Parts: sequence; structure tokens; C-alpha cells
Amino acid sequence: MERSETAPVFRIIKPTRGWRNLDLRELLEYRDLFLFLVWRSLKVRYAQSILGVGWAILQPVAQMVVFTAIFGYLAGIPSEGVPFAVFTYTAILPWTLFSTSLAEATESLVAQAQMVSKVYFPRILLPLAAVVARLVDFGIAAIVLGGMLAWYGIRPTPAVAAVPLLVVVLLAFSAGAGMWLSALAIQYRDVKYAMNFMIQLFMYAAPVVYPVSLVPGELRSLYALNPLVGVVEGFRAGILGTGPLPWGWIAEGSVVAMTILVSGALYFRRKERVFADVI
Amino acid sequence: MSDLAIAVKNVSKIYKIGLKESLPDTFSSVLWSLISRPMKNFRDLRSLDTTRIDAGDLGKGFIWALRDLSLEVRQGERLGIVGSNGAGKTTLLKILSRITEPTSGEVGLRGRVGSLLEVGVGFHPELTGRENVFLNGAILGMRRHEIDLRFDEIVSFAEIGQFIDTPVKRYSSGMYVRLAFAVAAHLETDILLVDEVLAVGDAAFQRRCLGKMSEVAAEGRTVLFVSHQLGLVRTLCERAVLIENGQAVFQDTAEKVVDHYLRSSIDDTDAGERRFAEDETKAFQITRVRVLDRHGSVTTSFTCEDPVVIELSCNLRRRLPGLYGYLTISRPDGTIVVESDSHDLPPNEIDSLSVGSHVISIEIPPRTLAPGRHVVYLNFTSPTGEDGFQVDSPQNVVAFDMTDPFTQRGNRRKALAGTLLRWEPSPSDPAR
Repeated sequence: MERSETAPVFRIIKPTRGWRNLDLRELLEYRDLFLFLVWRSLKVRYAQSILGVGWAILQPVAQMVVFTAIFGYLAGIPSEGVPFAVFTYTAILPWTLFSTSLAEATESLVAQAQMVSKVYFPRILLPLAAVVARLVDFGIAAIVLGGMLAWYGIRPTPAVAAVPLLVVVLLAFSAGAGMWLSALAIQYRDVKYAMNFMIQLFMYAAPVVYPVSLVPGELRSLYALNPLVGVVEGFRAGILGTGPLPWGWIAEGSVVAMTILVSGALYFRRKERVFADVI
Repeated sequence: MSDLAIAVKNVSKIYKIGLKESLPDTFSSVLWSLISRPMKNFRDLRSLDTTRIDAGDLGKGFIWALRDLSLEVRQGERLGIVGSNGAGKTTLLKILSRITEPTSGEVGLRGRVGSLLEVGVGFHPELTGRENVFLNGAILGMRRHEIDLRFDEIVSFAEIGQFIDTPVKRYSSGMYVRLAFAVAAHLETDILLVDEVLAVGDAAFQRRCLGKMSEVAAEGRTVLFVSHQLGLVRTLCERAVLIENGQAVFQDTAEKVVDHYLRSSIDDTDAGERRFAEDETKAFQITRVRVLDRHGSVTTSFTCEDPVVIELSCNLRRRLPGLYGYLTISRPDGTIVVESDSHDLPPNEIDSLSVGSHVISIEIPPRTLAPGRHVVYLNFTSPTGEDGFQVDSPQNVVAFDMTDPFTQRGNRRKALAGTLLRWEPSPSDPAR
């Protein structure tokens, strides 16, 4: 924001009521802050740790080992013709991106209480930066998937080109839910406690440890209202070649994700004006 | 209208404050509260959002932090804001900097606004000084290239030198604060809002901060400056406004406002005794302050050869770990002559008071103060206070006068200290 030579504009501040627009121009002005927030979150997360960024790999790999042992080996859940380990790891990747980014976004406002109550900036940057920062962990954990594919001799299909689109749907979903929950959590701390176990349960509402084929046919379109269903199945179809891309589910999930994203942004903007008062 | 930088029109702000809860005391009321408590909690939390309430019908537990406050500031003006704790000064700055919205009224601002309600916002201990400069600058609203441009200036102002690439958790608290202030001091905005942040660092650094502030104002930028250090307000600002109970009660030159504030806060102190109504909600409260002579009688006139005893009667209703007292003796222009903290001479006795009433005496030895009027300021704080940091802050409570009929210079003495020094000759040593 350069100091302009012309007389600066006279800006009016007064109480606002009801819904407010997103003010994208202001968000653009604060893009440097957004990048710094993403960068800080990355830099700080593994500071003074021995494994450092290795934690981004260890966590999903450990989950894969446990899931494979329990659900693949003990329970004998079918895995659509591919080894259970790679079947579940392909789902753990987007699931981890979703669950960790949502958790971090939800806590972003409360964790930055000092910033919120002492400085003005578009508060929406906090949950958004929390979500975007988790993309890096996702990228690192994806390297392991590459290794597993080579080990099992699995070749991705051309449909793998759809994966970036699926990631966008996933980010929209977690950013939208993150804006809803962070705006609620700043006033009601219950949200944080509820979320910790709700996220664990929510994993079973997506085909992470079982194939969609186990879900009764007539329930599947209801089931696909969860955006994670289309995303996870899309990942498997594109990367493991377990079938054609499930466009119907992806479309259904995208509509839900976009609805949550837009409503989350609007709700966040509506509540933003009182954040400093209720924190 | 065209040369106005800030125009505040009838601004009000309502806040919700905490009310003491009544605890259930019977078994059935415990059971009932298990059910009703979540509902009550929900209503309480919901009412934190004061945009929902009807200003005409304020219930219990709401306060007017600002009430119909109007104010105009011209471009390039340095305006001081004075007033006692809780008068609404910080709330005003929060509204001007858009951290919070007014409940009613409107504010006009010309140009970019920078606010320093606290230094070092967003500083992360794990990041290096360099990284924190960029992050903090961005949080304060600077663009990356702006920070690049001023980076060297910021580092040299902070006197951090080679430590710039060390994580700030390894910094001394002085270094930390200097770096944090340096970033803020290089914020280039048309309007700068500063809240009491100059009270950081050592004396030399404070002087440079003051220099920087005058520089900022000399560049034609508008500065709003909140401070309890009235001497600072007088030197730094041309004009000032006195805020009391959320209203601007007096506006004039900084000189006159500071004098008016000091006089109004010590008006009823001429008797050398001040009583305070019991306030059951306070865990600790000063109930009476008296100025006593060496025989224990209340007076307001002393000679420089007399000890001055300040006697505090207090009431501790609930234990407050870490409670301590702070007292200053200052001249009517705000210059502090004596500053005392109950930690000064360990142990801090205030922290180990038992529940009940106590009398605390503080004696100022003879020949400490110079002739003239002196004002006593009191503040009690606890880092663990249930209602925040402030526990009881009676502020400027009593005043007394010193005279010096004993020395030749007597009352013409201009010094702040009343100490007499001996001029001692000795035979000169030819070897030297």
C-alpha cells in the first residue's frame, strides 16, 4: 500500500448490520500477510524437533500400517483388487489433508487471539492460511505413495489428471468448514472439544478403510453427499485404476463443498465484526 | 472539513462484562444447575456479541465503554488522549483501527491507519529476528517490499546487530522489545495510533523512541497518543483530550488538559484523607488513604525536614496470588519524583496478606522531596487477577505540599529532590 500523492480518501467506519460481501480487493492487498502466515505455520510446526518434516510422513504411514493390519488382515475387508496397504494409503492422503487442515483452521482464531484483539487485518486469512499450509504436508506424504506404487508395480491411469481438481474440491470443503467452525469456536470453545472426536468418527463416513462397494447401493447417493466420498474414490480410480472416475459422486460432493465454502465465507464475514469483542 | 484526518461522531460502544455467579449450595440445586447451566452459559456467551442487544434497554452486566463521543483531529496534529483506567481510551483506538466496530455513531478517517496497541504482535519465539520483522511488518499492514526497503533501518534502530538471525526466544527481554518497537516505528501510515507502548526498553531506548515519534509527527502525519505518562503527553502532543466514563469531557492544548486532569483527580484530596466505598466485587480494595505527619495526624503541609507517611487501609476479601502495590509521588505536571513497588524491598509483603483488613504505612524519609505540591498515585495489580490484571486502581488519591523554611534557597529550590549536599573542603594536596 504505497502512500499516494493524491489526497487519501476519507473512509467512513460505522456499525454494519447483516451480511457483508467478501471484499476481495482488500484480501488482495493483504496477500503478503497471507503468504507470511502460511510460511510461519510451516516453519514453526517442526521447529526444534528431531524428525522435523519426517512427521508429515510418519503419521500417515503409521495409520496405514495399523489400518492394513486391522481392517485388511484381521477383518479381511476387500480392497478392490489392489493390496490393502496402497488401497488405504491412497485414501489416507486426502483424509489427512482434510482432517488436519480443518482442525488447524478451526483453532486458528483462538490460537491467534492476540493478533485478533490488537491489530486489524482481514481475519479470514487465518483459517485460509491454516488450510493451505497443510498442502505441503500432503505433498511430502504423497512421495511415499509414489514409492508404494513402484514397489507394487501399479501404474496410474490417465485419469490421474483429475487429482488436482479433486484436491481443489477437498480444499474448498475444509476451508468452508474451517471458516464455519473457527467463527463459532471463537465465541464457543465447545467447538474445539467437539471437533477432536467428531473428526475421528467422521473418518468412517468416508471410504478410507473400506471400499464403497460395501455401502448398500440405494444409500450411495446419500453417502456421496460427503465430498470426501467422491474425492477418495476419484483418487483410487485415477491413481490405482480401480475403475472409471466416479463423476456423479464428484459432482455431488463438489456442489456440497462449494455450498459450505460460500456459506462459510459469508458466515465468517458476518461474525468477523465481533471477533475482537467475544474472544 | 477538508483538512480533517479523523472525525469521530457520536460514537458509542457497549461491552459485556462478567458478573459474579451464585454457586448452587443444595443437592437439588446442583442437579438443576447441571441441566440449566449449559443454557445459561449459552445465553451468556451469546450476549458477548453486543451487536445483538438493544442499546435502549441495557440489562445488568453491560457497560458503555464509550458514550456519544465526538472528536476531530486535523491532519498532521499530535493529539494526546488522557484519562483514568477504563475511561475508554483503548476502546476508542480499537474502533479507529477497525479492530472492533462501534455500537452506534460513525468515524471518518483520511488515509492509511497504523495502530500500535501492543508491540510485537504475531512475534513467534521459534522464528529468527529477521523472520519476525517480516511477519510483524506484514501483520501491521506493510507490504513485503516496504519492509525490504526499511529492513536495515529497523535493525540498526533496534541495535540487534548480529543476533538478527537468532530465534527470538534466545533474546533478552530488552532486545525483544526493542526489535518489536523498531518494526512498529517504521510503519509509514498517514495516521498512527499509539497506546502506551513507549513505556518499554531502557531509558536510552525510550529517548530514541520519543525522537522517532516527534520525527513521525514532523513529517505531517497524524498521531493519536494514549499514555498515563502525562509528562510524555505534554512534550509530545500539541493538543489533548480528556476522556472520562466514555465521554470526551475536556479538549484543549496538551498543557491545559494535563493540568485539568491532574487537578480534577486531586480536587477532593485537600483534606489529606480519602475514603472509598466498599465494593464487594473487588478481591482487594483500598478503603482509605491518609497522609500523616510524624505524630500520626492527618495533614497536607509538611516541611522538607518532616517524614511523610502515607497510610493505606485495605481489605483483602479473597487471596490473590502475586498481588503487589505500586505508588508514585509526582509533581502536578506529571513528572514522577518517587516510584515505589512493593517488590522493591523483598519480600513483597502485600502478596502474603491474610484475608481481612490491614493498614499499610509507607514512609517517605525527610529531605527526599523538594518544596512544592505532590500527588500520590496508587495501583494494585496481580498477574493472576480473576478480573484481569488490574485489581484495584484508585490512581491519584491524595496530595500534599512541601515547604522548606530551613535553607537559604528554601522554596525557590527548583529541583525535584530535596536532598541537601555538604560542600566539604579539605587541604589541597600539592602532589596532585
